[in-house]
Amino acid sequence: MLPTDPTKKISFTRCIKEGDLVIVYERHDCMKAVKVCQNSAFQNRFGAFKHSDWIGKPFGSMVFSNKGGFVYLLAPTPELWTLVLSHRTQILYIADISFVIMYLELVPGCLVLESGTGSGSLTTSLARAVAPTGHVYTFDFHEQRAASAREDFERTGVSSFVTVGVRDIQGQGFPDEFSGLADSIFLDLPQPWLAIPSAKKMLKQDGILCSFSPCIEQVQRSCESLRLNFTDIRTFEILLRTYEIRQWRADCGQGTGGGSAGSIRHKRKQHLIEGSGEKENPNNSTVMARPNGEARGHTGYLTFARLKCLS
Amino acid sequence: MSQNNVQLDPIRNAQVTWEGCSVLLDINDGDRLVFARLTSGSTLKIGNKNCSLQPLIGCPFGSLFQVDNGKEGPNLSRVIPSPEDDVQEKEDAQISGEFRDNRAIVDDNKAQCLSGEDIDEMRRQGATGEEIVEALIANSATFEKKTSFSQEKYKLKKQKKYAPKVLLRRPFARRFLRVDTLSLLLSMGNVAANSDVLVVDMAGGLLTGAVAERLGGTGYVCNTCIGDSPYPMDIVRIFNFSNEICKSIVRASVSDVTSQSETSEQSDQLESACNMEIQSNEQKSSSVSMEDISLSSENGVSDLILEANHSPVNKISKSHKVGEKASQETLKLWKENGFSSMIVVAPELDPWSFVKDLLPLLSYSAPFAIYHQYLQPLATCMHSLQVRKMAIGLQISEPWLREYQVLPSRTHPCMQMSGCGGYILSGTRTATNASSQQ
Repeated sequence: MLPTDPTKKISFTRCIKEGDLVIVYERHDCMKAVKVCQNSAFQNRFGAFKHSDWIGKPFGSMVFSNKGGFVYLLAPTPELWTLVLSHRTQILYIADISFVIMYLELVPGCLVLESGTGSGSLTTSLARAVAPTGHVYTFDFHEQRAASAREDFERTGVSSFVTVGVRDIQGQGFPDEFSGLADSIFLDLPQPWLAIPSAKKMLKQDGILCSFSPCIEQVQRSCESLRLNFTDIRTFEILLRTYEIRQWRADCGQGTGGGSAGSIRHKRKQHLIEGSGEKENPNNSTVMARPNGEARGHTGYLTFARLKCLS
Repeated sequence: MSQNNVQLDPIRNAQVTWEGCSVLLDINDGDRLVFARLTSGSTLKIGNKNCSLQPLIGCPFGSLFQVDNGKEGPNLSRVIPSPEDDVQEKEDAQISGEFRDNRAIVDDNKAQCLSGEDIDEMRRQGATGEEIVEALIANSATFEKKTSFSQEKYKLKKQKKYAPKVLLRRPFARRFLRVDTLSLLLSMGNVAANSDVLVVDMAGGLLTGAVAERLGGTGYVCNTCIGDSPYPMDIVRIFNFSNEICKSIVRASVSDVTSQSETSEQSDQLESACNMEIQSNEQKSSSVSMEDISLSSENGVSDLILEANHSPVNKISKSHKVGEKASQETLKLWKENGFSSMIVVAPELDPWSFVKDLLPLLSYSAPFAIYHQYLQPLATCMHSLQVRKMAIGLQISEPWLREYQVLPSRTHPCMQMSGCGGYILSGTRTATNASSQQ
C-alpha cells in the first residue's frame, strides 16, 4: 500500500498483478477489498468478474462482468482501507484520523505507541505517516483481534512498520523497553487515565499524547490526570459534513419545487447532458450543492497534551 | 517483543534550540503566538517592554520562561514548573459547594485600591510578578465576594498581565487554512514518504511545507503555478527544514510538466522568476527577525494573519534553498510515472479551469484533494469530472472543528469558534477517459 516499496508504487507503468490487493469500487458507498487470484472471480449484483481480466490492466480501470455491468479497480490507500476493512470494533474515520496525525506531529522516522489496536483503522494511517524509518507499536488486550489486525497489516503491506502486541495497557502500562523513546502516544481506551502515568514514562521530552473518548466524563477524568505532568492540554471535536450535487435543468422544468423553477429564467441555449458527448456550457451555474441528509453527529472527543519539560 | 532499531529523524528529534533556528513563542498559554528567529540580537515585545531572546538559545523545546523585573529592565528567565500538588485541594473546594454569586457586585471600576504608580513602584523595588498579583488581590474590595471560579479567573488575568509566561515551541505554521482542513488535505492526498505530490499552493508555502514535512526528505513536492509567476513560499522557511527536505521541494510550471520537450523561452522566464523569488526570500529573511501572528479568536484555531515585523538585523539567513527548478530527469520521471497525488489550495481561481489540465498528470488511481473557501466552484468542478468520468469516489466535504474547555464543573465548548474551514473536493483519478467509453 505504501510507496516506500518501489514495486508497489502506483504509476502509469504499474499494472495489476496476481496477489495484489485491489479495492473494487461499485459506488462511493459500496466498495470491497479483494485479493487478485488468477483463477478467481468476483461476484456482485452486476454479475461475475473474472480476476484474469483484471491482471495486466492499470489500477483505476473500469472492468466488466459477464452481464455487461462494471466496477472500477482502485489501488488501496489508508483512506480506502478504512472504508472497506472488517469492523471487529468501532473504528476511527478520516476526520479524526487526519487530525490526530497532524496534531501528534508525526513524520517519517517517528516512534508511536498505540492502544487499543481495535480494527487497525488508525494504525494503518499511523504506519503511512512514520514509514519507512519510523515504527508503530500497537497493543490490544484481545488475542484474536490482535491476530486479525496482524493479518490485515500483512494484507495491506504495512507489516514492516507495525508491531502488534497483546497487552492490557490499562492494567500493566506500556513495556519498559520503550521508556523515553516514544515521540507520540495514542490512547483509545475505556479508562485512559489508568494508562497516563505509563504514557508519561514512555514519552520523549516534549512528546505528545492523544486520548480519544466518546464520553465527556472520560475526558474530564483524563484531563484531571493529565494536569500533573502535561501541559498544553486541549480537547477538540471534529466532524465532516458532506455535500451532494445536482444538475438543474431550468428549461425542462425539472428540479424540486415549482416556485423556484419559475424564478430562474435563462436566456442560454438549452443543452442536454449525454455522457461524454456533452457540449461545454460556459456558464455552469446550473449545478447546485446541498448538505447530505445523513450526517454523523459524534464520534468522540480528542484530547491532546504535551509532556511538561522538567529538566 | 524486540525493539526495532529505529533511525531517528534529526530535525523531528532536535530537542534543543540553536542559534538561528526558527521558534514559535507561545505567550500566556496560547493568547499570543509569535514566530521568531533566535539570534543574540533578537527581542520580544511583551506589554510595552522589549526582552532579549538570548536566554532561549540552547534550551529545550517546551521550556517555560517568565518575565523578571531586573535592574536593567525586564528579562526572560527559565522556570521549571512544579507538579501541581495543590490542584486537587482547590478542585475539591470548588466542587463541594459554591454559595456565592454576583448579586452584590457592582462594576464601577473602583474596586482596586492600588494605582498604576503603586505598581510601577513595586516593580522598581524588584517585586516579582507573583508578588504584584498577590498585592492586587489583597487590595481588591470585591475579591472575597466573588465565586471561587471567578476568583481563579481574576487571578489568571492578573498573572497574564504582570507575570507573563513564554513557552518555547517548535514552529508550526498556519494561515487562512484551518488546522483540520490542512490535516484532511494531507490525508486525502495520501502524502507519504517516497511520493511525488503535485501541489498548487497559493497559501504562501504553507501547503508545500506541510507536504514536505510528511515526505521526510524522500520523493518530491512539486510546487506548480497556473500562469507565469510562481507563488511565494515564504512560510516554508519557518519549518526549520534539513537540507534533505529542502531539496525535495521543487518548482515547475504547468507547461514544464505537460510539454514533451522544453520550450527554452518559457523555462528561462520561469527560471529567472524563480531565482528572483529565492533571492528576495533570502533578503527578506535577513531583515525579518520576527513575524507576529495575531489571533482572531481565543482558541487559536481560526484564521491567523501574518504580519511581517521588519527590524534591522544584520544576520545572514541560514535557511537552505528551497523551490529550485525541477531538473530534467525529475520532469522525465514524472512524465513516465505520473504524480502519486495532487493537492490544490487556490482560493482565488476557479478549480475546473486548471484541474482538467493537471489531472492527466496523475498516475492512474491517484487520489487528489482540492480546497476552496466557496462551495460553488467545487460543485461545478465535481460535476465536470463526473460527466467526463475523469474521476470517481468524488466527495465534497466541509470540516467542522470545535474546541472544549475542560475544567471541574466548568466543562463546555469554547465560546469562540471558527466558522470557516472551507470545502474540500476529493476523489481518485480513473484510468479511463471519456473517449474510450464506447
